[in-house]
Amino acid sequence: MTPNLSTGTSGTPLLVARDLSVRFGGVLAVNQVSFEVQRGEVFTLIGPNGAGKTTVFNLISRIYTPTTGTLHFEGQLLSDKPPHDIAALGIARTFQNIELFENATVLQNLLIGHHIHRGAGFWSNLFFTRASRDAELAARLSAERVIDLLGLQPLRDSFVAGLPYGKRKVVELARALCMRPKLLLLDEPSSGLNVEETEDMAWWIQDIKTELGITVLMVEHDMSLVSRVSDRVLAMNQGEVLALGTPAEVQAHPGVIEAYLGSVDDVSSLRRAAA
Amino acid sequence: MAFVQLLISGISLGCIYALIALGFVLIYKATETVNFAQGELMMLGAFGGLVLMKLAGWSFWFAAPLAVVGMFMFGMALERLVIRPIMGQPQFTIVMLTIGVGYTARGLISMIPEIGTETHTLDVPYKGEVINIAGAVISLEQVAIIGVTAVLCALLYLMFRYSKLGIAMQATSQNQLAAYYMGIPVRRINGLVWGLSAAVAALAGLLLAPITFVHANMGYIGLKAFPAAVVGGFGSLPGAIVGGLVIGLVEAFAGFYLPEGFKDIAAYVVVLVMLVVKPNGLFGGNLRKKV
Amino acid sequence: MRFIFKTDYAQDIALVKHNGQAFWYGLLVLVMLAAPFWAGDYWLSQLSFVLIYAVAGLGLMVLSGFTGLASIGHAAFLGVGAYVQTVLSAKGWPFPLTMALAAGLSAAVGVVVGLPALRVKGIYLAIATLSAGFIVEEVLARWESVTKGNAGISVTSPQFFGADLGSSEAFYYIALGTCVLVTLAVLNLLRSATGRAFIAIRDSEVSAQSMGIHLAGYKTLAFALSAAIVGLAGALYAHKLRFISPDQFGIQQSVDLLLLVVVGGLGSVHGAFLGAIFLITMPQLIAMGKDWLPPAIGQATGLQAVVYGVVLMAFVLFEPMGLYGRWLKVRTWLQLFPFYRRGLFKRQKSYAKSERLK
Repeated sequence: MTPNLSTGTSGTPLLVARDLSVRFGGVLAVNQVSFEVQRGEVFTLIGPNGAGKTTVFNLISRIYTPTTGTLHFEGQLLSDKPPHDIAALGIARTFQNIELFENATVLQNLLIGHHIHRGAGFWSNLFFTRASRDAELAARLSAERVIDLLGLQPLRDSFVAGLPYGKRKVVELARALCMRPKLLLLDEPSSGLNVEETEDMAWWIQDIKTELGITVLMVEHDMSLVSRVSDRVLAMNQGEVLALGTPAEVQAHPGVIEAYLGSVDDVSSLRRAAA
Repeated sequence: MAFVQLLISGISLGCIYALIALGFVLIYKATETVNFAQGELMMLGAFGGLVLMKLAGWSFWFAAPLAVVGMFMFGMALERLVIRPIMGQPQFTIVMLTIGVGYTARGLISMIPEIGTETHTLDVPYKGEVINIAGAVISLEQVAIIGVTAVLCALLYLMFRYSKLGIAMQATSQNQLAAYYMGIPVRRINGLVWGLSAAVAALAGLLLAPITFVHANMGYIGLKAFPAAVVGGFGSLPGAIVGGLVIGLVEAFAGFYLPEGFKDIAAYVVVLVMLVVKPNGLFGGNLRKKV
Repeated sequence: MRFIFKTDYAQDIALVKHNGQAFWYGLLVLVMLAAPFWAGDYWLSQLSFVLIYAVAGLGLMVLSGFTGLASIGHAAFLGVGAYVQTVLSAKGWPFPLTMALAAGLSAAVGVVVGLPALRVKGIYLAIATLSAGFIVEEVLARWESVTKGNAGISVTSPQFFGADLGSSEAFYYIALGTCVLVTLAVLNLLRSATGRAFIAIRDSEVSAQSMGIHLAGYKTLAFALSAAIVGLAGALYAHKLRFISPDQFGIQQSVDLLLLVVVGGLGSVHGAFLGAIFLITMPQLIAMGKDWLPPAIGQATGLQAVVYGVVLMAFVLFEPMGLYGRWLKVRTWLQLFPFYRRGLFKRQKSYAKSERLK
């Protein structure tokens, strides 16, 4: 069943945000933002810096609490859940400024990503019983699948601290995938990547959607990537929703153009009078 | 009148804690490192004054400022030689380094024959004199402590608020790399901060000397200044003062009203309560990392 | 140069990675088991001390090295373990039970100490643990009905259903057994989800939370586990010293433990052992070196403090990875000879950046 791309009305939505607002002191970072993310689609948030996109992510990850408005995931209210319960619900995220575990190897980072599926508790771990051993083997199998998907084999035992930026972004993505989420939040996946790496990222996002069946909600600035992979786009500016629709619809929206490029009036004063 | 007496002794002890805590917070505000050797710097300042007075025979009014200036230079040298190489390393590493500095300083002093191994008195000119206020007997030493602390706070406030140096210090503490880019001489600033901190510690030592006498283990009092800094909020200078006063008063009253032994741990109990109730201290800012 | 070809996951999980490791560790175990036969009384006693401090070091390593929670008051747990063991041993209870209780009560104290620590980080945490250490020391001194206060209390030998195990050989085996069990437990944790959760908390709390790791729960667990292990060490410590008093568990001891983990190598199991060896042999070396120095320096009371301080500073400045780090570098040099590059272990130059928002 192909979703109706413009209005997204197939089945129950995975994530529903209603009138979300969050205020930090005097600053209204997010103002009455509403949107729905359908299962299996790639939904992108765009907007100039400071528009509140990462703040929306932080609201979903429960790092912040909304001042007003609600967030529902699979019908459940998110705002009464503590941050560490978000992973168990099936939401994974990557961070804008990479938050990897620097003093651990890539493999260990991925295995930590697998934490919610760990199966064996503290006492079992302490004596490394059969249950722990089996849990470990299952975790490694899961991690290896992700390593295969993203081509991280040569880096498996490297410490993250020594890796270049581009590779770290891939590890960050891999770690989020190890959580086997239903919803993946990608915060600026292509920032800092060169053309080839961005190309790889585009392929991976498409693979994530089609092969793994994961819904992707991402924040992105690179418009070519946005147009290529997104099903629907939400444009934000100064904490408010500007436009919602397919990439083409949103990019043609006058409000969006004004937010990015400014209006005709802004530049008219620069126009030289005809000689 | 026991109340007023306790109040005064609490405030004056609190001022000592405040001065030491001020030293911590100065360094923390500027370089986000914690100096566990602050107590030992205080001890060195007191010994400096002692040596200048006993061996060189100079009067207190000459020896004391000289000791303070000497410790300023020592603080700068310490930063240059020992702290600078590891700037940017995790906090724990720097804490361990300063613990090492403290150990070494204490050990070296107690190795000096005669001076280091004995307890000495510092002959301050106002020693032993008392004044009477509202029936309470206050020694001039306590008055000196309170007075000097007040003046110092005012001077530091003016410096941080209005001088370029103060603002530069705040900039280097928040983002060292950006401070470099802005043309702030970061390394020189760090040196100055450590120098200033050591000078404040020396001042505390000289003020404390008439009360506790000068000996190699004087630095342990510095440990009580940590609760003071935490109670006030580690990044806040007024917090250090308020925290010091709080701890001083709590100790004074606990010593009088509570059974034996509570006085020693009163400060620490206050810290733990504070960390549960208001983890960032009275004046501390929000410590959340932005992601 | 050894290349390990991994053919299945079990190989990666195994404690012993290859035959070379199996050989050397096996040899070590045999040598340690045979110690009462080849070591004289004096060296056996020193070995026992090394084992005790290695256990204590492992405890602190779990908290500070692996979970990243600095603690400057850890001697408190040593004291709790020591006193529990003393009091219960005097009643004649068998030593496995008394040691388990020492660990258990120490863990309980650890949970209480950890409570204010849950919400704070970095320097605030260090001050909290420092404060807790002072408070516990004072409690031990004041609770005279149980601990006999500052006068100290003498310790009976470990009991086991009538058998008195006070001889130095018997005690050595108890210490060795405890050490081996604790080491295996810690290694097990590190190769499983719990240990990785600790490391995650150390490296990035925000990330760990978004991976589903319950911060407060795991931090409390780390405190409890660390306290329990150090409590075991304390129980052994009491039997070894035969006489304990509260001032042995003050800030000096706490700093000694910190010295142990930093010099040994923060964040490694080997570091606990190397640090313990360092801590026990350092006074010996100083005592031996005293004769070579002029009397003015050699006989001074402050000499030990100076040496400790200088060594600590030297390690922090020049070898932050500790003795284990130095061993890794030496081993890499030997393995790669003659292709070792000086830059292999170079620390990244980093600039201080404030984590405060204000």
